[in-house]
Amino acid sequence: MRHLVSTRELTRDEAIGILDVAEDMAGVAHREMKKLPTLRGKTVVNLFFEDSTRTRMSFEAAAKRLSADVINFSAKGSSVSKGESLKDTAQTLAAMGADGVVIRHSASGAPQTLARSGWIDAGVVSAGDGTHEHPTQALLDAFTMRRRVHGAAARGKGLDGLTVTIVGDILHSRVARSNLWLLTTLGASVRFVAPASLVPIGVESWPVEIGYDLDAAIEDGPDVVMMLRVQAERMHAAFFPNAREYAREWGLDDERAARLPAGTIVMHPGPMNRGLEISAAAADSPRSTVLEQVTNGVAVRMAVLYLVLSGEREVRS
Amino acid sequence: MTILVKAATLPDGTRTDMLVRDGVIAELGSLLSSPVEHVIDADGLQALPGLVDLHTHLREPGSEQSETVLTGTRAAAIGGFTAVFAMANTHPVADTAGVVEQVHSLGVEHGYATVRPIGAVTVGLEGRQLAEIGAMARSRAGVTVFSDDGKCVSDALLMRRALEYVKGFGGVIAQHAQEPRLTENATMNESALSSELGLVGWPAMAEEAIIARDLLLAQHVGARIHICHVSTAGSVELIRWFKTRGVQVTAEVTPHHLLLTDQLVSGYDTRYKVNPPLRSDDDVQALRSGVADGTIDIVATDHAPHPAEAKECAWDEAAFGMVGLESALPVVQSSLVDTGLLDWSDVARVLSSAPARIGRLSGYDSPFSPGSAAEFTLYDPKASRVFDASDLRGKSVNTPYLGRNLPGRVVATVHQGYPTVLDGELVDVERVAASAAATRGR
Amino acid sequence: MAARTVLQHADITRALTRIAHEILESNRGAADLVILGIPTRGVALARRIAQNISSIEAVPFGVGSIDVTLYRDDLASQPTRVPAPTDIPAEGIDGKTVVLVDDVLFSGRTVRAALDALSDHGRPRAVRLAALVDRGHRELPIRADFIGKNLPTSKSERIMVRLEETDGIDEVVIES
Repeated sequence: MRHLVSTRELTRDEAIGILDVAEDMAGVAHREMKKLPTLRGKTVVNLFFEDSTRTRMSFEAAAKRLSADVINFSAKGSSVSKGESLKDTAQTLAAMGADGVVIRHSASGAPQTLARSGWIDAGVVSAGDGTHEHPTQALLDAFTMRRRVHGAAARGKGLDGLTVTIVGDILHSRVARSNLWLLTTLGASVRFVAPASLVPIGVESWPVEIGYDLDAAIEDGPDVVMMLRVQAERMHAAFFPNAREYAREWGLDDERAARLPAGTIVMHPGPMNRGLEISAAAADSPRSTVLEQVTNGVAVRMAVLYLVLSGEREVRS
Repeated sequence: MTILVKAATLPDGTRTDMLVRDGVIAELGSLLSSPVEHVIDADGLQALPGLVDLHTHLREPGSEQSETVLTGTRAAAIGGFTAVFAMANTHPVADTAGVVEQVHSLGVEHGYATVRPIGAVTVGLEGRQLAEIGAMARSRAGVTVFSDDGKCVSDALLMRRALEYVKGFGGVIAQHAQEPRLTENATMNESALSSELGLVGWPAMAEEAIIARDLLLAQHVGARIHICHVSTAGSVELIRWFKTRGVQVTAEVTPHHLLLTDQLVSGYDTRYKVNPPLRSDDDVQALRSGVADGTIDIVATDHAPHPAEAKECAWDEAAFGMVGLESALPVVQSSLVDTGLLDWSDVARVLSSAPARIGRLSGYDSPFSPGSAAEFTLYDPKASRVFDASDLRGKSVNTPYLGRNLPGRVVATVHQGYPTVLDGELVDVERVAASAAATRGR
Repeated sequence: MAARTVLQHADITRALTRIAHEILESNRGAADLVILGIPTRGVALARRIAQNISSIEAVPFGVGSIDVTLYRDDLASQPTRVPAPTDIPAEGIDGKTVVLVDDVLFSGRTVRAALDALSDHGRPRAVRLAALVDRGHRELPIRADFIGKNLPTSKSERIMVRLEETDGIDEVVIES
């Protein structure tokens, strides 16, 4: 795998392959020696133009467990905030000998731009770009679902027949997009539930069912309910009236959580707004996978870094 | 200076020789070679009246790293243009007589093309207070077109006042139709693709809403109005309807909106970032029909040069705009002539006589008649090339056509009776300036 | 391409039976023994050897697999390899005698990687190596304790080990 910037371009076999490698990587966490020598001598740069402590820590842990050297480059207070361009930053990293770049950027498509630019030869892994995609989040979500469904026998399997309802700010969610492409590739069926003002234009052509009513969606008893984080600034832009109304209509409160079938799992990419999109009880219940998602995130990112950084590097002419 | 053009094909299809003397077309017909300074063998070449671009960004003063009056008019000449209207969004903004006179006189001095500055509608393009429209109109630059291009005059009352005020000077407002609130942070056509790419959508109706409003205003106050770079099928429909009601509206479309669609954005290639954005294939087809049936009056380039660093960055951070002077005629041939929608006399209309009439530019109303101004270009429509950076003559290379096969090639351009392009290459700066100076002495 | 079969089903079965006896002899029984196959074919061979041992000795011992992909030193020069599962018996390897089983012993680099992998899982009392075929050309100071057959080869030849579990047939073929 040369780069990972989107889940849209993954085939089913490729996606299952990544999840299978992640199974191997997950095993390492249970050993006393939680480190592999695999990427010894490789340098991974965490290039974060947008703050995200959790995602950066997860990638950092993943790279370090594979023995790569990790350089954290955060845009705040650096030359980037003083107007240095992505191109100059990329060329600087290339000159430092970065083998892999994990990039988080507020501009959609920045990882693609970096991967195709020719400014740097390193493998590029998206850690979330604008409102476009967050591929490793979707992979860890799929990994978490697959483990809950298939347990120890998950290897080689997809998510065929699984019903997944994703609730919240679909319009601005890179998590929802990456999950939609990946989950449908793996055979699941996906439903978005959101205020109509937070549903993107043109979704009729996407492989997804759209609903506006969370209670109706819960009535259908999905296998997975994924709650998305609500950003405070959306309220000011008149996407919905206020937090109270949002929580009432689209929040997974205790009463709604109680109506879910016993086997339904509740997911959240974090960080959570407890009491807004998800109640504390729902977040902490046994059906919640929030902490498993964090644990699995490291294994999935180890798998992605391994697959992007091993193998023969194509030499540019 | 005398030029003999042998065996050119005129827009109406007739073949003729032409003798150019003292800035005018002196004789037509079957002419014997007499001693002249230049003989141009135009056998197989299409003669077109000098092209007039109503929408060019020359960037001078203020952004000379992107383009200057000299480099922009050289790009114009190699594209077959003999006159360009230079948009007002320079630094300082062309909102005073001083700035427009400076731009105009640079054009006169360099001599590659007539440069007609467009004046700003509002001071600093800020949309609050009318600029000194009268002073610009009465200046030596003789401004006839006023536009805040790049920004929409979005305040309805201010737009009404501008339409009314400019009437008194025989001018026209050229509106950049973009409802600002509906397009905040927007960078591409709003569609399933923009949603997938996570880019903020620029909906078609944000253009159409302003056009509908402004055409109602123009109808109400009885003023002329020109709509810049129409990009949607809905806009074409609106303009068509208002024209049947007798509203004095003219409209332009850019070459890129006639050829390219928003699907090109899928790789986040910043060369395709332009405002208004590339639209759907349905829009492209509607725009082509609009030109064919006369709803859209002219093709104008919106030539928008940018330095490399403004495009070598993430999509959201990139500048809007494409250069277009060098590629306009080939793109028009490809999208309108080779598709059978226009013949060459139509091309002469949409790229020369109609824009000249909208901009009140004289000398373009009866081309190729004895005594008419010698402003023309000779074009080889049978040529074909893979377009690349070496085909550009301006300072910037932000063209979406690199690597694309485009038809046609400008072989010669004649401006004010002297050549600016010969044998497919620009005549050098000193010779053109000298020819221009000689013209002024005439 | 010329191919010649050097071992057939019966030869392989005999060799594995002998190796089982040799392991028991050198370990003085099956106590504290852990047999670990190196994927892919080493795992099948390890299971067969373990079966042979079980049919001789009634003492329980560990069987499993250890994947070396993530410990290889040629990750950057080869196409990406997908790791295979590692399955260490629940009782672990600390203080045990581990017998690594591979199909072909060649440069020794796979075994080197296996030794590194093993040390991340625990501290065995001793580590032994069994291989169905030793074809020579060692690049590291490694030798096998239990060998099915020595097959001197030229470096340009290829040795193909096929097993019923993975390939539907038991045979060892030399291609040149």
